[in-house]
Amino acid sequence: MLVTAIAPIALEVGANRIVRGQALAHPFGDPSLAPAAERAYRARLVATALRALTEPVTGPTVFES
Amino acid sequence: MSGLAAHDGREETPATPIRVACYLNQFFAGIGGEEAAGVGPGCRDGAAGAALGLQRCLGNAGQVVGTVYCGDDYLAAQPATAVAAVTRLLARYAPDVVVAGPAFGSGRYGLACGQVCAAVQEQLGVPAVTAMHPDNPAVESFRGRVVVVPTQSTAAGMPLALPALARLALKLGRGEPLDPPGAEGYLPSGCRRNERADAPGAARAVDMLLRKLRGEPFATELPLPRYDRVPPLPPLSTTDGLRVALVAEGGVVPRGNPDRLPSAWATRWARYDLAGVDDLTADAFETVHGGFNTSAANRDPDRLIPVDALRALEAQGRLTLHPRLYSTVGNQGSVAVMRRLGAEIAADLAAAGVEAVVVGAT
Repeated sequence: MLVTAIAPIALEVGANRIVRGQALAHPFGDPSLAPAAERAYRARLVATALRALTEPVTGPTVFES
Repeated sequence: MSGLAAHDGREETPATPIRVACYLNQFFAGIGGEEAAGVGPGCRDGAAGAALGLQRCLGNAGQVVGTVYCGDDYLAAQPATAVAAVTRLLARYAPDVVVAGPAFGSGRYGLACGQVCAAVQEQLGVPAVTAMHPDNPAVESFRGRVVVVPTQSTAAGMPLALPALARLALKLGRGEPLDPPGAEGYLPSGCRRNERADAPGAARAVDMLLRKLRGEPFATELPLPRYDRVPPLPPLSTTDGLRVALVAEGGVVPRGNPDRLPSAWATRWARYDLAGVDDLTADAFETVHGGFNTSAANRDPDRLIPVDALRALEAQGRLTLHPRLYSTVGNQGSVAVMRRLGAEIAADLAAAGVEAVVVGAT
């Protein structure tokens, strides 16, 4: 599945399971957070990504973290 | 051959027929089918096999002086020597233009046609044209170097392909410049030429919009890439025990970029060993992606591809992180190239028994 901040492009191109990332330059991170909080954010994002693998989809779908 | 200029204002051009030499594979030359795919280069004087159809389309304006053929497997197995031999045979006919194919959807034949045309142009200085389906793998390799006429995917498209090939062969053989791809009927080469339009862009855009609103036909000036639709896979019942791989579009590489992954227009991918790596750190990894401000990602490359988070889950016994990181740079990447890279990475993943993939894209 695909993690990206630019969900509209992912939908257009046809990725079926999409998780919305934080930003284009750092989809899995948030530099405005303290390190521990950022790691926690990343863990939540990855958890959403893994959850998306267990969800049925009929076409390109965005999963929000 | 002589001709007289008519004095009624219509000029009859006394044309010597353009000398056309054809390249065909063993099947279209009439040698045989797959069992003859290993046959070496040979030639027939005049038009043979599918070249007979081309001759009919050329009429009196062109003459197929020779047909050179080679088995697809023979050429695929020793491309350099086979293409050199084919080129020598074509040269013997002193052609004004070389026509290769049509190859339709055949990958081996398409590659052969592309290579022959490129060699003829580069070594003989003779223009060349070929034809194949737009999705033929050879198109991406030869698109800018050789004129390629689009065809259907099977030989059922021969009746449409030959007239188009003949028309372009005559123009190229006469040394006439080609009009843009849309007008002339060949695949866009990626070359950009500046031209003066009859109206400013804003006027053309409004005119196009009005036609669209009125339901009138209109022609886009910029065709957008086509995206195929891949049916979604059914959901996994659980991710427990899953073998997961990470694929980074963000250009994550070991510090120093040992494989020289480019910052843009990447045409390849790299694979890096994650053994002993629990966390992507700035001293050991970096990003070479040229499409965004990389300062945040370079301070912590896990922000582009979450090795640390997957390792943490692995330590809890929840899943297995495949110990190879796959990396490329999508910056300015063409759809066709990225499609190929994805297929290559997928093949590698499948061979390694990976069950799921997290792709990080920027």
